[in-house]
Amino acid sequence: MIEALHNVQAPAGPQAEAVYHLWLILLGVCSVVFIGVMAALALAVRRAPRATRDTPPQIELLERREPRVVRGVVIAVAVSGVLLLGLLAASVYTSRALAALPLAEALHIELTAHQWWWEARYDDAEPSRIFVVANELHVPVGRPVVVTLRASDVIHSLWVPSLTGKKDLIPGRTAMIALRADRAGVYRGQCAEFCGYQHAKMALFVIADEPDAWQRWADGQRAPAAAPRTAEEARGRELFETGTCAMCHAVAGTIAGARKAPDLTHVASRSTLAAGAIPNELAARTAWLLDPQAIKPGVRMPATSLSPHDTAAIAAFLGSLR
Amino acid sequence: MSVNAGFAGALPDDGHAGGSSAEGSKVERRPIIRDGAGWDSAAARALERTWSDAPGLLGFLRTNDHKRIGRRFIVTALLFFVAAGVLAAVMRVQLAVPDNHVVGPDLYDQLFTMHGTTMMFVFAVPVMQGLSVYFVPLMVGTRNTAFPRMTQCAYWIYAVGALTFWVAFALNTGADAGWFAYVPLTGPQYGVGHRADLWNNLVNFTEAMGLMVAVDIATVILKMRAPGMSLRRMPLFVWASLVTSVMIIFAMPSVMLAANLVSFDRTFGTHFFNPAEGGDVLLWQHLFWFFGHPEVYFIFIPALGFVSTIIPVFARRPMFGHDAVVMSLIATGFLAFGLWVHHMFATNLPELGKSFFTAMSYMIAIPTAVQIFCWIATLWTGRLNLRVPLLFVLGFFFILVLGGLSGIMVGSVPLDLQVHDTYFVVAHLHYVLIGGAVFPLFGALHYWFPKVTGRMLDERLGRWQFWLFFVGFNVAFFPMHILGLQGMPRRMYTYGAETGWGPLNLVATIGAALIAVSVLLFLINVIRSRLHGARAGDDPWGASTLEWSTRSPPPQYNFVALPVVTSREPLWVPRPSGAPTHVSGLSAEDREGLVTTVLDALPDVRYSYPEPTIWPFVAAWAVWGWLFWSGLSSAGMFWGLIPPALAFIGWYWPSNKETTRQLLLDKRP
Repeated sequence: MIEALHNVQAPAGPQAEAVYHLWLILLGVCSVVFIGVMAALALAVRRAPRATRDTPPQIELLERREPRVVRGVVIAVAVSGVLLLGLLAASVYTSRALAALPLAEALHIELTAHQWWWEARYDDAEPSRIFVVANELHVPVGRPVVVTLRASDVIHSLWVPSLTGKKDLIPGRTAMIALRADRAGVYRGQCAEFCGYQHAKMALFVIADEPDAWQRWADGQRAPAAAPRTAEEARGRELFETGTCAMCHAVAGTIAGARKAPDLTHVASRSTLAAGAIPNELAARTAWLLDPQAIKPGVRMPATSLSPHDTAAIAAFLGSLR
Repeated sequence: MSVNAGFAGALPDDGHAGGSSAEGSKVERRPIIRDGAGWDSAAARALERTWSDAPGLLGFLRTNDHKRIGRRFIVTALLFFVAAGVLAAVMRVQLAVPDNHVVGPDLYDQLFTMHGTTMMFVFAVPVMQGLSVYFVPLMVGTRNTAFPRMTQCAYWIYAVGALTFWVAFALNTGADAGWFAYVPLTGPQYGVGHRADLWNNLVNFTEAMGLMVAVDIATVILKMRAPGMSLRRMPLFVWASLVTSVMIIFAMPSVMLAANLVSFDRTFGTHFFNPAEGGDVLLWQHLFWFFGHPEVYFIFIPALGFVSTIIPVFARRPMFGHDAVVMSLIATGFLAFGLWVHHMFATNLPELGKSFFTAMSYMIAIPTAVQIFCWIATLWTGRLNLRVPLLFVLGFFFILVLGGLSGIMVGSVPLDLQVHDTYFVVAHLHYVLIGGAVFPLFGALHYWFPKVTGRMLDERLGRWQFWLFFVGFNVAFFPMHILGLQGMPRRMYTYGAETGWGPLNLVATIGAALIAVSVLLFLINVIRSRLHGARAGDDPWGASTLEWSTRSPPPQYNFVALPVVTSREPLWVPRPSGAPTHVSGLSAEDREGLVTTVLDALPDVRYSYPEPTIWPFVAAWAVWGWLFWSGLSSAGMFWGLIPPALAFIGWYWPSNKETTRQLLLDKRP
């Protein structure tokens, strides 16, 4: 399967990096505090003499003040308060830094979460240049990306740990998130809000390309589907258009235009299928077409009643959609 | 010497009391036996007769003795703790290796929902309230809770409600949308079948239980303390119970309201949470977390009470900074209501508002820090009796402080956006809940077991249990912090090998196995010690609070005479000469107690505890029927009300016998 980075401690953009720095500060301060408190506890247990149930309790302490102990506790509480204030300042400062990402010439993507896949619409001032992809986003390195977030059914959450923190996709509400990838690479994302049966298999890949490569990719995605080259691919296309596939899926350049399920116009350019559940290879693709429920139980795609022969044709057709 | 609470003269025989029935006047001519004498007296025998329950099943169902009810709460809750733990073990087996097929997504979703819901609603809150029901009346020196029939009813509502929830799970109708039950997953469109209805029902059962017990406990604490136990002399566990009860009264209605709004959406087709019709799915999250965050604290605050009870006894000195600890408990209770949005940082709420909740989350660390430093100071200046209860408290320090510090991390908005809903949070919440509540709970169970059963838990098994739990816990949950940072979200039934999460998950599963062995040892210890444990005596730990002044196990009437308190540590500090030791003069032939004033606990009026009756049990089933039926159909919401109405009429039906008796005792009925 696709090699992808998904680690809070391996940031690849300014947003994740700001949070990573905050994490290091918090980790450092909290570690020191933990060691300090544990040392005080260990020392207390070590130095206090041992007793039994019959040891007379020191009831005189009900009346007597213990100025040295009071001083110790007051200092410890005061230090805790100061540290907390410092950490609060660091946290607010990081929030500010996250909000200050420059957004000039940002790429706009409208991301809609479905049970259990992602639909991304690449915006453009010119309507004919808008295109739709699923489960795999390509973004240009160094250019900010503004993602508008919507959900079509239940609550989902977008999380690409190496690029940015989470944002929920909530039905009836629109949210925004801004991110930038500063290094080329493949970054794995995942739905982070429990969204039903296949919450576990709802991955999203963000692929950061150098600007030229990204441009080539975007142009490719805008083009209609490639024409079939072999007889089998042509038969697959016909089966796709006349069978049940076209009732949910779209392939630009064919009569299939439904928007219930991922757009398949360039499905062969993606490295996985079913939101990261299986690699996009012929054998896996064929198995998926025959019985998706066996691979991703509960998925909205029904099992087909196609013969193995027809399934192979459709798999070949899908493989041709580069 | 004693304070006389009865009327000094002879019984009124002018006919205004006894004249209501011929039989009454005949019986009540002789003087009433008064309490106040020693264990071996006519008064003690009369108390024994007055307070004992009928034998057999009927007596079992009719009893409203706070000790029997409290013990039932604790035992039932611990059984559900074990059951929910078994579910956790199944989940750990499923996640031990990538692409595992032990359970599928359908069952896995039910497993984590049942685990979370059971632990929070069916284990943690009832076990803490059960300990309050058992020990608060003993610690404040009275004979029963203020409204014992209500608490009796609460227990049965809880027991039948929780059982229904689990029977449904056994029949493949277990709730499956998480313990937080976010809409729209639980709404009419996506929550198909009756799984979400059963979750809503469970919330109604357990919250009704929680509210009833909280009202009862708060009343006992404020109005029934032994004479002389002013607020400043009140034990810290009692303070913790009071704060918790008041919090429950304010927080629980919120989730009941929310659950019923979802029920309306599901049964009547309302649109509270349907965005297509102007509803709002975030409304649920506000209502749920307005309860849900304080919920964490009504598990945690009683546990702070256990720690503050155990440490002074085993450090052989009064608590250092007693007043500061009380103030911290109260402050925690208030601040806990200002944190709920930190569960919603990933939603599109205004950023400036979120920073306020970061500040609040940091502020609540201060009262906890005050308590931690006061405990360390108490240990520092004390002389330590290192027995199992103290061992659990020391383990609590390690785990809670670590969990508290990871709480500082998740309380920060930007960092939370990276770790929210990941295994980092799973680690954090188990560190605070197991470290903050379950470790002190086991300490408290070891500490109070001798009082409840009259026998000691085995020390050696207790040490094994502690070390297995402590090591197993850290092995199971520490790696989850790292898994979260490596990008593993919560609530996934499986994961691919390419994610690299396999090895740490395997380590976590091994830790879970150690915890299972530890809990098993505890169960063995409880059963063995219950049968063959060493006899405990009245006060095996040399403790200072009133529950240790009576026998182990306490008689049904708790004290042969209600104690009078002259200091904060009543069993440690010798009484000033001439000060009274106990209250005398309450009728030993009636279930009498004393109501005292709120601040200074001055004797106010004599109070008659209700007799045992079957009605609260009947009412609990009637309420169960109503809630269960109304979860299934809208007709049930109306017609189902008839049986509870009848049950409550039966419950409150006045009895001639009782009225006569009350008049005889010179009280209004």
